[in-house]
This record gives sequence, structure tokens and C-alpha cells, in this order.
Amino acid sequence: MSNTHADTVLYVRDTMLEQQAPPSSTVGPVGWAKDNLFSGWLNTALTVLSSLFIAYLLYRLIPWFVSPTWDGSSLSNCREILDGHEGACWGVIRDRWQQLLFGFYPPELYWRPILTLVLLLVALAPVLYTDYVTPKLLYFSAAFPFLMPWLLWGGTVWMPLMAAAGFAIGFAVFTLVSRLLNAGISISVAAAVAVLWWVLLAAPVANGIASVLPLALEPVASRDFGGFMLSITIGVTAIGCSLPIGIVLALGRRSDLPLVKILCVGFIEFIRGVPLITLLFVASVLLNIFLPPGTNFDIILRVMIMVTLFASAYMAEVIRGGLAALPKGQYEAADALGLDYWKAQRLIIMPQALKISIPGIVSTFIGVFKDTTLVSIIGLIDPLGLANGIRADTAWNGIYWELFIFIGAVFFIFCFSMSRYSMYLERKLQTGHR
Amino acid sequence: MTNTAVETPTPAAMKVSDEVAIQISQMNKWYGQFHVLRDINLTVNRGERIVIAGPSGSGKSTMIRCINRLEEHQAGKIVVDGTELTSDLKNIDKVRSEVGMCFQHFNLFPHLTILENCTLAPIWVRKTPKKEAVETAMHFLEKVKIPEQANKYPGQLSGGQQQRVAIARSLCMKPRIMLFDEPTSALDPEMIKEVLDTMIELAEEGMTMLCVTHEMGFARQVANRVIFMDQGQIVEQNEPEEFFNNPRSERTKLFLSQILGH
Ligand SMILES: Nc1ncnc2c1ncn2[C@@H]1O[C@H](COP(=O)(O)OP(=O)(O)OP(=O)(O)O)[C@@H](O)[C@H]1O
Ligand SMILES: [Mg+2]
Repeated sequence: MSNTHADTVLYVRDTMLEQQAPPSSTVGPVGWAKDNLFSGWLNTALTVLSSLFIAYLLYRLIPWFVSPTWDGSSLSNCREILDGHEGACWGVIRDRWQQLLFGFYPPELYWRPILTLVLLLVALAPVLYTDYVTPKLLYFSAAFPFLMPWLLWGGTVWMPLMAAAGFAIGFAVFTLVSRLLNAGISISVAAAVAVLWWVLLAAPVANGIASVLPLALEPVASRDFGGFMLSITIGVTAIGCSLPIGIVLALGRRSDLPLVKILCVGFIEFIRGVPLITLLFVASVLLNIFLPPGTNFDIILRVMIMVTLFASAYMAEVIRGGLAALPKGQYEAADALGLDYWKAQRLIIMPQALKISIPGIVSTFIGVFKDTTLVSIIGLIDPLGLANGIRADTAWNGIYWELFIFIGAVFFIFCFSMSRYSMYLERKLQTGHR
Repeated sequence: MTNTAVETPTPAAMKVSDEVAIQISQMNKWYGQFHVLRDINLTVNRGERIVIAGPSGSGKSTMIRCINRLEEHQAGKIVVDGTELTSDLKNIDKVRSEVGMCFQHFNLFPHLTILENCTLAPIWVRKTPKKEAVETAMHFLEKVKIPEQANKYPGQLSGGQQQRVAIARSLCMKPRIMLFDEPTSALDPEMIKEVLDTMIELAEEGMTMLCVTHEMGFARQVANRVIFMDQGQIVEQNEPEEFFNNPRSERTKLFLSQILGH
């Protein structure tokens, strides 16, 4: 059969071949190693060299990590325990882990930041895992931004409630006005009314109700905030706010309205052109000069605003990239079906643009979260600031690696989770097979 | 494909009424300095099926895209179903919800299922209750013969199926006029037929249609007028038989000889 071709051009197969397993040397772990590690002499040499290098590193590092100093009460005590051997002094972590996590937050109130973190995860669940979590939980997610500051800072419950009321008032104004005027004007009017409410009325009203019905948690001052609690508070706020603001800025930058476009471009380019540290200094020093004397504008709030604005500018550019990658046909199809600008953005354009931008968005998130360590420069005690403080203590003077390894590990857990989640999301949103 | 069913008698349903559906008068359009449409005059009656042909770059797409304001015209007048297209957004939305359009590259929404593609506009533009929108969508998906694909994503369908979904999606808005911009030119030959069959069926039901296409068999079978454009102008229009057998202008003759492969 195999040599029919030699005799004549006509060829007809008379028996079909059964499916066979691939040669065993090309599948399984052996096949994989052969393909990837030992496919040529150069490759083999590199494999051997790198294995030796890794082995050497582990040989030196593992004894350092596995060191019996958990109970050490000071650096000199650690040295006694180690008795001349090289090794880490983990006692510092045991001694100071609460401070690294909570800063100078009153220990009897530690339950509040812990509860906040748990509630944060609950609030995130319906957003992150739409397939598994009931959408009803989204109501809780919407309430969380008002719950979080109350739990962390304490004080009267009426303040966050009045802040929330501002949104309700703005929404009510929008629904009323939009019956008479177009969407753009209604949004502006609603925003103006809400801002007036927050600036002028919210505080007196909250205080008024509080004097009748005092429902309050023990207040905690911003200067007591510190450690990972501070990083997470600033990071989560900046991440949560920068996405919507970034979307608005990206749309504004692509807008046909010259004024909107100029404002957005100016903002984005200004923020991107200035280092974050400069913005933080502005927040810590300069704002005080411009604000009317006597106003008590919380330093953490100021920093949050600056970090959020900083992240928003980057976010806007990432999302603009996603928007630019969408084929023009998608806009045209949405137009041709009669969807107006906002509906087209919300239902057609944004879901696709955001999906394209997921890697960039998550990179920005991770960057922002890590940038929160910069606040130590203006005197807020983030984990790195605390590390310096701890090293100034005579007991722990001279310790470096242990603290930074601990801080690095905690940051890594957060950042790596974000990165894994983004991969999960990309896979989930994958439709079609092109 | 050039002589499919030349003898098919025009079905009774394919009547043309006297009511004017689209009126374009003295319409001009420029892209920057480039005069892309020049003095376009065209009246389309309800139930008419018009095929627009012409060489590449002659402005066919631009013209039909002006009808639902995907492109803006700078001079002249376009009235669709009694609504004049100006920069008034209300009018534009009104026209767009009455005029369906199918594109060369389908432009389905890849992040939505076929069913969601079809129900989106009825739910959000027409405010149809979801259940009713789904029923309508299934009805039209059955009509284009792919109800079983309803829960797949566009990326999982063949080109011909995608184009039929695009037609169904437009029909779900119950449009009074349908525009087609080369709906079959991105398709393989065997898929062209399934899309054309769908369009023929639509024509037989009396839909007002404007169709840019090079499918001359389709033109002969369903069109009551063929319009030939060149360099942004309408050069010739006639009934299909006359147009193909007895073209008047030199440009038309040249074009037909090229497209019919003589
Ligand atoms: N956005 C635009 N800006 C500038 N010129 C354009 C634009 N869109 C189209 N044109 C030009 O206008 C002319 C008409 O384009 P149009 O797409 O209407 O042609 P067409 O007849 O549909 O051609 P085809 O058969 O290739 O689709 C072409 O010369 C094209 O280069
Ligand atoms: Mg075209």
C-alpha cells in the first residue's frame, strides 16, 4: 500500500489507521524535561549550572531562615541564642508584629481594623466573584465605603451617614432635573448640590442628630494609624476610587467637547509629570497654607486624595489604551442600534475596554499599593517607617533583614493575590476562540 | 450566482407603496477638503428594495451611513420617515431606532451572547420587558435559522451565522427600514447564500431595504431599482433588468463588464 505512489499517480487508501499514542519519550515528565531542560548541550550545561547555583543559594539561606530565635528578646539576646552561628533574629517580629500591622492603634480596639478587613473581603466578594456570590451583597458593598471610616476612626455614626446622604440627595436631584434638562446639565447640577451639602450642611446636621441620639464609637486619631493597616486603608481607597475617576478621565480625554478634553488632558499630564512624593509634600505642607486657618483637614484624608488623584491619572491612560484598541465598528453598531452615548459606553464599550486593560489596570493597582510606603516621607508611619522606628530602639538596633523580609512578604501576598485574580478574571472573560 | 432565479416572478407581497420612506435632496458631504458625496438626490418609497453598486471608493458606504447619521452631511437635506436629520440628538435617536443596519464585518458585541446581542437594544432603547425581548429575539433567531446558537458567543460562530445574527439583532428593534453595507463581502461563497436567502425573505415580507452589494443575482431577484454610483455621484439608476441588459452610461458598462467578468 505504501508504495502505490511509485507505480501510479492514482492512490486510494484501503485501510484507515488507528489512533496511536505518541512516543513515550515525548510525553510525561521525562518528555518535558528532555524538551525543555536537556534539548542540546548548551541547554544541558545551563540547566546543570543553574541547578548548582540554586542549590548553593538554598544551602546558604535555609540555615539563616531556620533559626531558633523566635523567643529572642533583643538583638544581643538573639546572638547569645545563636552562639556564634549565622542566623536571623526572628524575635523582633514576635515582639513587634502588632505594631507592624496596626501602628499605634489602641490594642483594646484592634478588633475594629480586623472587623473592617473582614467586612472589606465580604464587600469585595460580590464584585470579584460575580459567578459565585449573590448580587444582593452588592448593597453591602455600596454601604462599605461609609462603614469603613466609621469603624476605623470611630466617632459618631451620623457623619458617615450624612456623607452617604449627600449621594442620595445628588441622585434625587439628578432624577428630578433630568426630566427637564439633558443628562450633562443634570449631572452637573446634582454634583453641585451634593458638594454644597457636604461642605455646608453635612457636619452641622450630623452634630445636631448626634446631640439627640449619640451613637458613637470611641474615636481614634489619625496619628495613631500606622503599619499595614495604614497602607491598606490608603491603598484600598486609592484603588477603589481611581478606577471610576480614571474611566471618567479617559472618556473625557476622548471627548468631542474641547473644554472637557483640555481639562482632562491637562490634569492627566500634570499629575503624570510630577513625582508622587511632591504631591504628598503638597498634601502635608502646602495645603495647610491655602486652607482657611483653623480647618482641620485630616492628614490621612489629604494623602488619600493625593494618592487617588495620582493613581487616577495613570488609570485613565491605561483605560484610554483599552478604548483605542476597540474596533470602530463597535461604536458604530451601538450607534446604529440607537443606544445613546452613556448607554453605549456602559453596555458595549466599557466592558470590552476594561477587559482589554485588565493587565494594565492591575499593574496600576499593585503600583499604587506599593507606593503607599512613600507616605513615611511625610511622617506617616507606614510599615517601612515603623521598621526605622523599631531599629531606633536600643533592643533592636542593628537589625535589618528580618523586618524588611517580613514587610516584603506581606506586601508580596497582597500584590501576588491581585495578580492571580487578574489572571483568573482574564480567563473567565475569555469568549470565543479567535 | 449571477443568474439565480432570473425568472422568479415578483411576489405579491413585494408591493411598493406611494408613501415616502427616505428623501434625500441635494445632499453633499466632504471629508476635510475631499468632496465625497456630490448633489445626491434619492427618494425611496416604503417597501422599495434598492441595490447600490459602484466601484470601490465611490461613496456607497458613506451615502447609506448618512441615512442613520453614522456620518454627518454638510449640505442638503435627509428626511427619514418624516424626521429630518439635523444635529438634534432626539431626531437622530428616533431615526436610528427605526433604521436597522448591517455591516460588512457584522460588528456583533463579542462580550455578549447571541441572545444578549439581540435583546440589548430592545431592553435599553425601547424599554421592552426582558421576557418579551427574549421572546422577540428567539423569534427572529428562528427566522434566520440559528435559534440553537442563542447562548453562544459571536466568536464561536461562523461568518455567515454571525451576519445572520446581525440581521436578527437589527430586526429585534422592529425597524421600518434596513440598510446593508456589503453584508456578504467578508464571507465565503457557501455562507453568502445563507445570508442572501435571509435577505430575500426579508424583502418578500415588504421591508424597505437599501443594500450596497456586488451580488448581482440578488439585485436581479429582489431589487426594484439599482443605483450606480461613481466618484460620489449617482450616475445611473434603473430597474434591474434594464440596468443589467441595457446600461446607458459608459461608466456603468465598464463597471458591469468588470464585475460580471466578461
Ligand atoms: N473617515 C474618512 N476620512 C476621510 N476620507 C474617507 C473617510 N471614509 C471614507 N473616505 C473616503 O471617501 C471615499 C468614499 O468611501 P466609501 O467608504 O463611501 O466608499 P465605498 O463606495 O463604500 O467603497 P467600498 O466599495 O470600497 O466599500 C473613499 O475615497 C474613501 O477613501
Ligand atoms: Mg464601503
